[in-house]
Amino acid sequence: MRALTVAALMVFAVACAKENANQSATSSSTSSSGQSVDLTGAGATFPYPLYSKWFSEYARLTGVKINYQSIGSGGGIRQLSEGTVDFGASDSPMSDEEMAKAKGGPILHIPTVLGAVVITYNVPGLAAPIRLTPKAISEIFSGKVSKWSDTRIATLNPGVTLPNSDILVVHRSDGSGTTYIFTDYLSKAVPAWNASVGKGKEVKWPAGLGAKGNEGVAGQVKQTPGAIGYVELAYAKQNKLAVAAVENKAGQFIIASVPAVTAAAAGVAKTLPPNTDYRISIVDAPGQDSYPISSFTWILVYQHQKDAVKGKKLVDFLNWALTTGETEAAPLDYAPLPAEMAAKVRAKVATIDLAGTK
Amino acid sequence: MTALPAQPLPTDRRRLRVHDAAIGDRIYEIVTTVCALVVPALVVAIAIAILAAAWPAFSKLGLSLVTSSDWDVGAGKFGAAPALYGTLVSSAVALVIATPLAIGVAIFLSEFSPVWLRQPIGFLVDLLAAVPSVVYGLWGIFVLVPMLRERVMPFLRDRLHLGSTPFFSGPAYGPSMLAAGVVLAIMALPYISAVSREVLIAVPRSQREAALALGATRWEMIRDAVIPYARSGIIGGIMLGLGRALGETMAVTMVIGNRPEISASLFAPGYTMASLIANEFSEATNDLHLSALMAVGAILFIITLIVNAVARWLVWQVSRGRAV
Repeated sequence: MRALTVAALMVFAVACAKENANQSATSSSTSSSGQSVDLTGAGATFPYPLYSKWFSEYARLTGVKINYQSIGSGGGIRQLSEGTVDFGASDSPMSDEEMAKAKGGPILHIPTVLGAVVITYNVPGLAAPIRLTPKAISEIFSGKVSKWSDTRIATLNPGVTLPNSDILVVHRSDGSGTTYIFTDYLSKAVPAWNASVGKGKEVKWPAGLGAKGNEGVAGQVKQTPGAIGYVELAYAKQNKLAVAAVENKAGQFIIASVPAVTAAAAGVAKTLPPNTDYRISIVDAPGQDSYPISSFTWILVYQHQKDAVKGKKLVDFLNWALTTGETEAAPLDYAPLPAEMAAKVRAKVATIDLAGTK
Repeated sequence: MTALPAQPLPTDRRRLRVHDAAIGDRIYEIVTTVCALVVPALVVAIAIAILAAAWPAFSKLGLSLVTSSDWDVGAGKFGAAPALYGTLVSSAVALVIATPLAIGVAIFLSEFSPVWLRQPIGFLVDLLAAVPSVVYGLWGIFVLVPMLRERVMPFLRDRLHLGSTPFFSGPAYGPSMLAAGVVLAIMALPYISAVSREVLIAVPRSQREAALALGATRWEMIRDAVIPYARSGIIGGIMLGLGRALGETMAVTMVIGNRPEISASLFAPGYTMASLIANEFSEATNDLHLSALMAVGAILFIITLIVNAVARWLVWQVSRGRAV
């Protein structure tokens, strides 16, 4: 009798847990109608400061309220695939496999702004930014160059006295779009890196130690003499970190800046086929002024919107973001899309089909 | 509880009250029974949910989950051995540091402390348990890690010549298994100390007086009469501290260096299971990756179950073997 009650309760509890999971999955969309939130989105943390500014401004202008949860690109992709949010956001494009699993049909990648990754370091006594080539970066991050005085760094920096101290590599320990951009760059620019480590939001690092978040990496680098790491451009600028000049494809050493990142996108945009799905990487971009370690960040939407009213609101917002919104990016250290490219992306937005209108 | 004929007489209040009380008892019993069953049911439900989510990883990866050291998401390899090792070692280091300290505090407070000092010291030690773990993590990054790197590690390695043993060799980066162990020790200390203090205070006066009457010094009295009496309680406290150390996530992630590699040296960075989950969960999109993280969670769950079982067994052994 007693065992039976326990068993019954267990079944009940499991059933409750299932019920809850289902509810929490749908709650974001149901609560949206109840609390006058018009659109819900989830995803990348990197563009969140800009997106939240966009959403509050857009609500003020049009009364359309957008609720965005910055739970990470992975979470954004998962929630969009399940159809629990109206749009997702990601720092890395979805794979074909992920696209195929989405329950609502084909997904469009809408690039919004650009981010860049910079190399920050802590070498006491250096005045000018240190100069690095992709090859040197890959050798440092794979542990092959382990002293600052190594000739492979010294020859790039004539006239600079580098200390004979150990290099401590600091990378991200959490899965992150920043790591994706950085490893995507090294994979494209350095064949040896591509063959050994590859690219991903988390990779198997051959050397160094991991720290959580941009702030973790920056904190570790700031505190440890001899350390080197990589962080988002916006984070480095706002915290005035020492950053390296990186050699681009044209052989120029470029310090990351908003215009240098937009220039990289412009260089790539020229070569895009007209029917591109914008799942493109712009690392190691051509062009004299291009900063080579940069990437789009995307808003992800379903091409076929089931709810015509919501779909219309989403399209209107995207058009606003790609015009007025772009002008607000630079003050927050995000690089806007090159103007001609923004126009092409708006043409892509126009292909979103709203149920009932077609 | 046999059925009585209706008693319309308002005078018979006594019987009515008894009847009321019986209903109250019954309700009370049902409510508490439900409470008592809901909690275990919840534990079982959580275990089932985690195991179900972890099943694809278990069936596909099998034992390599705990035996392999190769955690490479891109290549679909999920070997959590370094994280398993790191969880156990960092907790062990924590206990080695925290246990003597905590028991020392407890003995001082119960045996030596002037009464006026007992309250404030006890309060401050308990307060350690109330500090949020992210605060310990920040303190770890900004104070502990630089101190370990610049002073403690060189001292251990070069001055005490412990560098010749594998446990204290290699470069001193700062973030390390040792740093994680120290932070965990501070976090586990209040649990061990609070429980030990209470059980030491609860040792009957007669126990102490008897030992003293036999000519024991104060030290002998504590060692031979008080501590053996309180032993099972102290072990319970240590296990509580161990439980805290095994599951701690935030503070450890911030100081351990998050490197999935097994190294004998405490100076080397390491990884723990809780940190692994916290680091990778939010960006995990691939099904096998998610499932592997769930599997790591399940293994952590099983380890805590084992720790608790061992603690029960130890307490039982000790209290059975005790000559009291």
